[in-house]
Amino acid sequence: MSQTKPYRVSHLDALEAESIFVMREVMAEFERPVLLFSGGKDSIVMLRLAEKAFAPARIPFPVMHIDTGHNFPEVLEYRDSRVATLGLNLVVASVQEAIDSGHVRELPDGTRNRIQTPVLLAAVEKYRFDALFGGARRDEEKARAKERMFSFRDEFGQWDPKNQRPELWGLYNGRHHPGESIRVFPLSNWTELDIWHYIAKEQVPLPSIYYAHDREVVERGGMFYAVNEFIRLKDGETSEVRRVRYRTVGDASQTAAVLSEADTVDKVIDEVAATRITERGATRGDDKVSEAAMEDRKREGYF
Amino acid sequence: MSQAVLENEAAPAARMDLLRFATAGSVDDGKSTLIGRLLYDTKTIFADQLEAVEAASASRGDEYTNLALLTDGLRAEREQGITIDVAYRYFATPRRKFIIADTPGHIQYTRNMVTGASTADLALILVDARKGLVEQSRRHAFLTSLLRVPHLVLCINKMDLVDWDKAVYDRIADEFTSFAAKLEIGDLTIIPVSALNGDNIASRSENSPWYDGPSLLHHLEHVHIASDRNLVDVRFPVQYVIRPQSTTVTDYRGYAGQVASGVLKPGDEVLVLPSGMTSTIAGIDTADGPVDEAFPPMSVTVRLNDEIDISRGDLICRPHNAPAVAQDIEAMVCWMDETAPLRVGGKYAIKHTTRTARTVIRGLQYRLDVNTLHRDEQAGELQLNEIGRVRLRTTVPLLADEYRRNRTTGGFILIDESTNRTVGAGMIIEAQ
Repeated sequence: MSQTKPYRVSHLDALEAESIFVMREVMAEFERPVLLFSGGKDSIVMLRLAEKAFAPARIPFPVMHIDTGHNFPEVLEYRDSRVATLGLNLVVASVQEAIDSGHVRELPDGTRNRIQTPVLLAAVEKYRFDALFGGARRDEEKARAKERMFSFRDEFGQWDPKNQRPELWGLYNGRHHPGESIRVFPLSNWTELDIWHYIAKEQVPLPSIYYAHDREVVERGGMFYAVNEFIRLKDGETSEVRRVRYRTVGDASQTAAVLSEADTVDKVIDEVAATRITERGATRGDDKVSEAAMEDRKREGYF
Repeated sequence: MSQAVLENEAAPAARMDLLRFATAGSVDDGKSTLIGRLLYDTKTIFADQLEAVEAASASRGDEYTNLALLTDGLRAEREQGITIDVAYRYFATPRRKFIIADTPGHIQYTRNMVTGASTADLALILVDARKGLVEQSRRHAFLTSLLRVPHLVLCINKMDLVDWDKAVYDRIADEFTSFAAKLEIGDLTIIPVSALNGDNIASRSENSPWYDGPSLLHHLEHVHIASDRNLVDVRFPVQYVIRPQSTTVTDYRGYAGQVASGVLKPGDEVLVLPSGMTSTIAGIDTADGPVDEAFPPMSVTVRLNDEIDISRGDLICRPHNAPAVAQDIEAMVCWMDETAPLRVGGKYAIKHTTRTARTVIRGLQYRLDVNTLHRDEQAGELQLNEIGRVRLRTTVPLLADEYRRNRTTGGFILIDESTNRTVGAGMIIEAQ
């Protein structure tokens, strides 16, 4: 905690204190918490907060990666090295395996965002997780702005926006019946800029794709997609090498890069502060489908 | 305020602090427009969001870009033109980060206003200049005082529709001030605005030369909140005991929690409740290293010099400044459940700081009409959104202060043990 004058608390310190409080509440009141870890910057920050919440003890719960099979190799490397450094137990729930076993069916367009949900729910059931930490922030999207810090989910993992528990003071009601669970969002009150300021302050390492690099990309609908095994050129399209970075990390077949020269944290902060487009709007093909795309996915049990 | 100040540039993050405020207003008071305007003027709204709102406005046939659509999140709300729940919004200026708890104003949603106000440093109430104070304005002011929100701002909106008539402003301001005098409201600021046109929102408007107060944003940026914290009464509810099972760290036993109030320092003599044991603070740890002092809202880990049996739900304080150790509680309770009323004899789980117990409702002294402040002593129950003075008895002692003295150790929630729903919110008046 930085103190420039007595009893002063910066907004980042206040956000950190709140997130740590929430994580300790969960550890104290639930039997089998798990932290959802995608290798994205928000889950990386969440992992750092978990480290700080329980120090000098190790993080007392496992992390789970819902693996779409559409990964950036840099992110998988990062995941494995982080897990090893922190001595964590990693659970991987594989969408590819679920497709192979017939549990879910590949969508005609080949995207896997939506079919993550049944894979996530099956893993929750298998390991009987009762609290799932997610890195969602309320500034990301309109439906998320209305979700609680402790988001109750029924036995189908569904969110009911009209039937949420009031959250007063720091009193979180995590009670649930067997089979039900709570999604916990310790970063609810953080914004994209807060996340980057915190990454800078804490010197949190990130996968290299978050910083500007040269990459072969194809432009589609104003977005720049990496040309790789998941995204191939269609007839009439041409690729080019551009200087880009990723603002979010999701399904590699759905996540676009932005043109950027920001190759350090400070430059990224300047860029984020000046940007005029939300991160999901700039980089996620999946949220553009309809005005209520996220609301609908959450009702089905999405993060 | 100049454009340069509003530029949402990368502010030196360490110098910014945090202000949480709750907004309330009737459906047509223009609350969503006001919030949309704050977000727009602080450059928080992104191009793609504005584009989506412009498209939605056009398809509805609105004559101007309907900023209200920025904040109405869920499909049902957009379709019905209403707000169904508390939504949280964020914006920042170089001085402060702001968290808005945006609560709907309809009569049936006292629950949401109470929820939003519970963590707020400031409450912002809107009235329509043409209509003046309505029942709901008084209710919101009362709830602000009940929840002990330290600062209140009344925005008299739609001043453009009354030709910026100072007399209209004066009449509403006088009426509100005399109503507020009956309540316990620490700090009141009244601002004439037009949310639609942006007058007196981010900068002082030329339309109100007779108004010499701050613009809304200037006030939000400068209102002094640091002294609102209670730095006198040491209250440290223990959340979790950290005992590493490790070969490298041995014999570590720390009590993790968030400081509710007061300042803790190594060497301080402390009292642990409910056991009544005393010890001294050996050290205060964070993951970044030990600290010389801990104060709200820091999350820290406290080590003591004596081996005492301490677990979650216990509380660390000072020997000569302790909360009550109480099983008989008197409190104002706001009922939040639509499926069943609060009844005398009803049993619930009660969550207070980090302690959970069971409780029985021993009595309902009166039900308060939040519009007239009339007390109905014949009332036998509290329905959804009703507020009353309640006596409770708990199975184990709570370590409780009066809510007016301490919002953390003075507040509790009631939980229905069969449905697990949060059914009530309580503010302690007396604990023994």
